Amino acid sequence: MRPKSKTDGGKVRPRLRRNPHLTPREKVIELMLTIATWSSVVALAAVFAELMLGAVPAFFSINIIDFFTGTVWNPSHPLYPVYGILPLFLGTLMVSFGAALIAIPIGLGCTIWLAELASPRVKSIFKPAIEILAGIPSVIFGFFALVILSEWIAAVFDPVNKLNALNGAIMLAVMMIPIMVTVAEDAMNAVPNSLREASLALGATRWETVRHVILPSALSGIVAAIVLGFGRAIGETMTVLMATGNAPVITSDFLHSVQTMTAAIAIDFGEVEYGSVHYHVLFLVGLVLFIITFIINFLAEWVTRRYREESA
Amino acid sequence: MNRKTKELLYFSAFRGCALLVVMALLVLVGYIATGGIERLSLDFLTEMPRRANTQGGIFPAIVGTFYLMLIVLAVSVPIGVMSAIYLVEYEHRSWMGRLFKLAIYNLAGVPSIVYGLLGLGIFVAFLGFGFSLISAGLTLSIMALPLMIAASREAISAVPYSVREASFALGATKWQTIWHHVLPYALPGIFTGIILSVSRAAGETAPLMLTGVAVSLQRLPDSFFDSFMALPYHVFYMATQSSNLLATRPIQFATALVLLLLVLGMNLVAIVMRKRYRDKYKW
Repeated sequence: MRPKSKTDGGKVRPRLRRNPHLTPREKVIELMLTIATWSSVVALAAVFAELMLGAVPAFFSINIIDFFTGTVWNPSHPLYPVYGILPLFLGTLMVSFGAALIAIPIGLGCTIWLAELASPRVKSIFKPAIEILAGIPSVIFGFFALVILSEWIAAVFDPVNKLNALNGAIMLAVMMIPIMVTVAEDAMNAVPNSLREASLALGATRWETVRHVILPSALSGIVAAIVLGFGRAIGETMTVLMATGNAPVITSDFLHSVQTMTAAIAIDFGEVEYGSVHYHVLFLVGLVLFIITFIINFLAEWVTRRYREESA
Repeated sequence: MNRKTKELLYFSAFRGCALLVVMALLVLVGYIATGGIERLSLDFLTEMPRRANTQGGIFPAIVGTFYLMLIVLAVSVPIGVMSAIYLVEYEHRSWMGRLFKLAIYNLAGVPSIVYGLLGLGIFVAFLGFGFSLISAGLTLSIMALPLMIAASREAISAVPYSVREASFALGATKWQTIWHHVLPYALPGIFTGIILSVSRAAGETAPLMLTGVAVSLQRLPDSFFDSFMALPYHVFYMATQSSNLLATRPIQFATALVLLLLVLGMNLVAIVMRKRYRDKYKW
């Protein structure tokens, strides 16, 4: 009897049934491999458990409704520290959405060019370049934003603060683009060639083919790419820490300093006392951040799975 | 508008986008390189920092980052490769397989600062390693794990199934097949993944800030439980917190350049290796 098979890159790969006659050696090896794989599950569980353990004491010392609706984040006040997450949450959203606004058109244009238009030779230069851009450490982006990009922005816009949300958004956009391009290009390459040929044969120009045939077919992959890039932007720490000026205020002005959740955790831990209210509140902020990125990942996975099913 | 002109217009815009992205890379690297090259010297690389980091070199930071990379190699390579082997060769489409994939996928999306909180809670406090090299290294190892598993998985599953069937047909057991016939072909791909994930870990800053990186040390760490300096944190510290930001600018640029060269060098090696390996095995 032929056991279940799974498809792998289009090829059907027969699945071997668990062999009941394994030698002890083989059994030990399988056991070791299983244990190694469990470590990822343990790690994820540990992240969640640790955040919970760190955050739960905060529930007893601050009003949780005030925490989620508070518009002031001033944990270092000597007498009346105030813990309202909204300025940080909105700071994160503002910088990430700003970054997405910049990165989506540029990233999409770049993807279309790479997937549909570029010659193999040019591609063999551009693709490694994008990969290298993805590999640059975030602290380098942050340093660039702090020292160079902020000067350029100051020269053009006359900003309220020299380090501002725009500075962070531009830098995050540069970091988002490589992830978006990589995932979205895969999606566009997965569109079968027959569709392109059919469209061209009907007299459509190459642009019309891209616009009306390829983009719609690759849509869920492109959406997944954007969601993943956005998730990366929300979790990014060093770049926003160095670029946005770290002022926890609620503002809609992109030329104003803001502070994100990640930056608040990173910067406040330098001075926080172990086990204090502030310490636990920072874990709570981390927990909120973790849940947000968890949801975003889930969305991206859901969209990707849908598009796999569509194209299958 | 003519359909052809429209096409030309759009396509030029797309090409512009692609050029813009590559320009961003060149500008970034160019500025860091021109800013840092002046201060960069052999002494800068091999001397201890002096006078609160305003003079001297960054030797302890380089060594610290090197040690961190060693810990990541020692911890996440075996676990990552073993997980990848399990997921490709053994996983029987059970609930366990789904759980593993879910965990790895989500682990990859956890923000780096949250890993810092994990390291602080588990390694620094709970296990009592304190603010030390080993706490930071283990935290980075967990961070590097998803990337390592993904790369190794891809490399292992790229080996055609016919290779395994041939081996089974000759009477080899499952592990013999994997060890002698699958892994050798997957090895270059796995190496590429290892280099990429270690370079990613080397540039990571946020987790270090919560697990024991030091601002300035006149010595090298003498054990894994000692505190340490690291290149990325040194860039951050010197650029934002040091006493005279403008006067130390050349040091900041030079440190950033050293980090950039380290990471870019590793990335280039990985990319070239993958290219050569892809040209060699065309199944």
